[in-house]
Amino acid sequence: MTVEQIVSEGKDQFPIGMRVLAVDDDPTCLLLLGTLLRRCQYHVTTTSQAKTALKMLRENKNKFDLVISDVHMPDMDGFKLLEHVGLEMDLPVIMLSANGDTKLVMKGITHGACDYLLKPVRIEELQNIWQHVVRRKKKDRCNSGSKDKPHPDSGEDAGIGNVDNNGKLNKKRKDQNEDEDDERDENGHDNEDPSAQKKPRVVWSVELHRKFVAAVNQLGIDKAVPKKILELMNVEKLTRENVASHLQKFRLYLKRISCVANQQANMAAALGTADSAYLRMGSLNGLGNFHTLAGSDQLHNAAFRSFPPSGVLGRLNTPAGLGIRGLPSPGTFQLGHVQNSGNPTNDLSKLQSFVPGNHNTNILQGMPMSLELDRLQHNKSVGHIGELPTTDSTTVFPGSGSLVDARITGFSNNPLLGVTSNSLMLEGSSQQATSHTSVSAIGFQNGNALSDFTLIAPASNQLQDSKADSQGQASLINCNAGQIIRSAPQEWNAPRKDAPYQSHALINSSIPINSAMIQLGQCLDRNNSIFHRTTDLDSVGPLNFVDPLSIKHSEGDNYIMEPSVIEKEGYLMFQPRPHGSHVPDNTGSLKDLASAMMKQEDDFGCNGYSLRTSI
Amino acid sequence: MERNPMRRQLASMRKSLFDQGYLDEQFMELEQLLDDANPNFVEEVVTLYYRDSARLILNLDRALERRPLDFSKLDGLMHQFKGSSSSIGAKKVKAESTLFREYCKSGNAEGCMRTFQQLKKEYATLRKKLETYFQLARQIGPMESANRPK
Repeated sequence: MTVEQIVSEGKDQFPIGMRVLAVDDDPTCLLLLGTLLRRCQYHVTTTSQAKTALKMLRENKNKFDLVISDVHMPDMDGFKLLEHVGLEMDLPVIMLSANGDTKLVMKGITHGACDYLLKPVRIEELQNIWQHVVRRKKKDRCNSGSKDKPHPDSGEDAGIGNVDNNGKLNKKRKDQNEDEDDERDENGHDNEDPSAQKKPRVVWSVELHRKFVAAVNQLGIDKAVPKKILELMNVEKLTRENVASHLQKFRLYLKRISCVANQQANMAAALGTADSAYLRMGSLNGLGNFHTLAGSDQLHNAAFRSFPPSGVLGRLNTPAGLGIRGLPSPGTFQLGHVQNSGNPTNDLSKLQSFVPGNHNTNILQGMPMSLELDRLQHNKSVGHIGELPTTDSTTVFPGSGSLVDARITGFSNNPLLGVTSNSLMLEGSSQQATSHTSVSAIGFQNGNALSDFTLIAPASNQLQDSKADSQGQASLINCNAGQIIRSAPQEWNAPRKDAPYQSHALINSSIPINSAMIQLGQCLDRNNSIFHRTTDLDSVGPLNFVDPLSIKHSEGDNYIMEPSVIEKEGYLMFQPRPHGSHVPDNTGSLKDLASAMMKQEDDFGCNGYSLRTSI
Repeated sequence: MERNPMRRQLASMRKSLFDQGYLDEQFMELEQLLDDANPNFVEEVVTLYYRDSARLILNLDRALERRPLDFSKLDGLMHQFKGSSSSIGAKKVKAESTLFREYCKSGNAEGCMRTFQQLKKEYATLRKKLETYFQLARQIGPMESANRPK
């Protein structure tokens, strides 16, 4: 290809040898696609499993330049994969489908695909896909300022302006550029003048993301504008554009989570049974753990803080979720959600059940729960569920009361944040009766420890059931949360499992979960008895249940926000749907809690528990 | 050469497959990928298609036996099948798939079942024709087929 020649002159032959990962469950299509790509002289890796693809991508982020994926796949929805890749690895993803419905294409674009091709794919279309890689690099370069990739792209970029050699290149790309730019811009990317700034490429580390989330939370998801976020974050060398594009992604994530959250809520409800167990177990243990947590990580706090109110919560989609991997549902984690809808209980229960695969690592043990519950508390925007009241009595959270804010961000889309092995499952269960730990934020290991947290707030359910248990649960959750959060740290990118933001959530959630749990417990316990006890959680503020989903990760990365959590700003992360699913008994209280949380100033419905965010 | 008549026969077979609407341009795209490294590429893909799609056909059959019909599931299965079929350029099969999906969307059970029967017929017919075609092509030699004018 002449274009290739032009482009690759002098440089490493790009696009020849561009590393593409092709994913399609249909073997015929995959064979065809692979062959076509190889014919274009790309270096191709094929797989029929989305999960395998993710694994490969996570193993080594620099192994591939581009991903092409089918939309309809049995093991994972193509859009989900798309999201993950976009958030975690920031690689260009092209969607493929036999279905060219405008709606689907739109969905692909909004999920961040840089192109959408119809099957059967022709070789001509594939010959130009390298432009997406270049474009992205160019964009990154503009944003970050530095050329981290010694790719010929830079040559190309520079050349784009040049007429001579790159004339052809320019022309060829022009048409597509327009389209692509639209997509790009849509992603919130402010296209800077390429040659203007050479800033170092921004990597959204867990820490950075945490700050981001905290800033967003503080401002309120609706009011969060890049400029203000930037100011709040106060990070050197970060530009408004960086923040803007990150915010865009975040918003998409939250949106998605909220959809998932609903589903998860349902799931959580199903899991609810597990919760009760948790409560029991958690009660004491959880607390104990907290102490250990006391040291709590900054992460936790940060996580909470950064928990963007709405967004994060949204992430928590999995209500129970934090840990619920892939649990769609809002139902799952309700910890935090209490606000939202009375579902919180459901969520919690769901959370519990969720702890799928999460190892019940004694997250609690390790995790110093210093989640900054305080911070969470203020997240007004988020309705954090996470604001776990600093259960004083339970005080699991030493110090920070961070639980309070533990907004457990549910992992929305993903079933509990890919609780990968690292998953720190907040499962308090490890301590106690495992079941409880639903809150455990399943930390997804992806690297972001945080992200892995899928706080499964099992607590939710339990809370409802057992008064006493609930208390314990809450603690459990809290503890777990803390731990999980800790584990999660890392980059935001790691949200391996479905919800890229999971890690965030996890962390955040861990703490909140506890509080949430506690809170939940309280709520559940109509008698206030528990409630009072846990009241100390006050720091948590209105039932800051740890909505696992809402656990805000201070890490910033994992937003695991639970959609419901975000209610505060009206951003219900979790989908309010679960209302119905609330635990009947305490539904009322939970609901109240939820509302209370939303406002953060109301008393909790729970028997007068004014968990207000005393944080 | 004794190959010439065979080549001619192959050429005419191929032409009729296109003329009669069994295959579309996508099949030509596949042929373009034939080279020294992949001399039997088209045959490989088609073989793979028939093997894999048999599973889909079976699932569709089963799904069509249920009462009441789950249209959304049927639609999903057919979507996959359609994607596969379009990859090899199976034109008539693809048309039936599209029709089937229309019936699914409108909830027309009778239409679905009828269309599916038709689809299976087309699917089987194409398979036979392609088998014959490839057999002949193999006799002539792989590259010969690749060099056939489009």
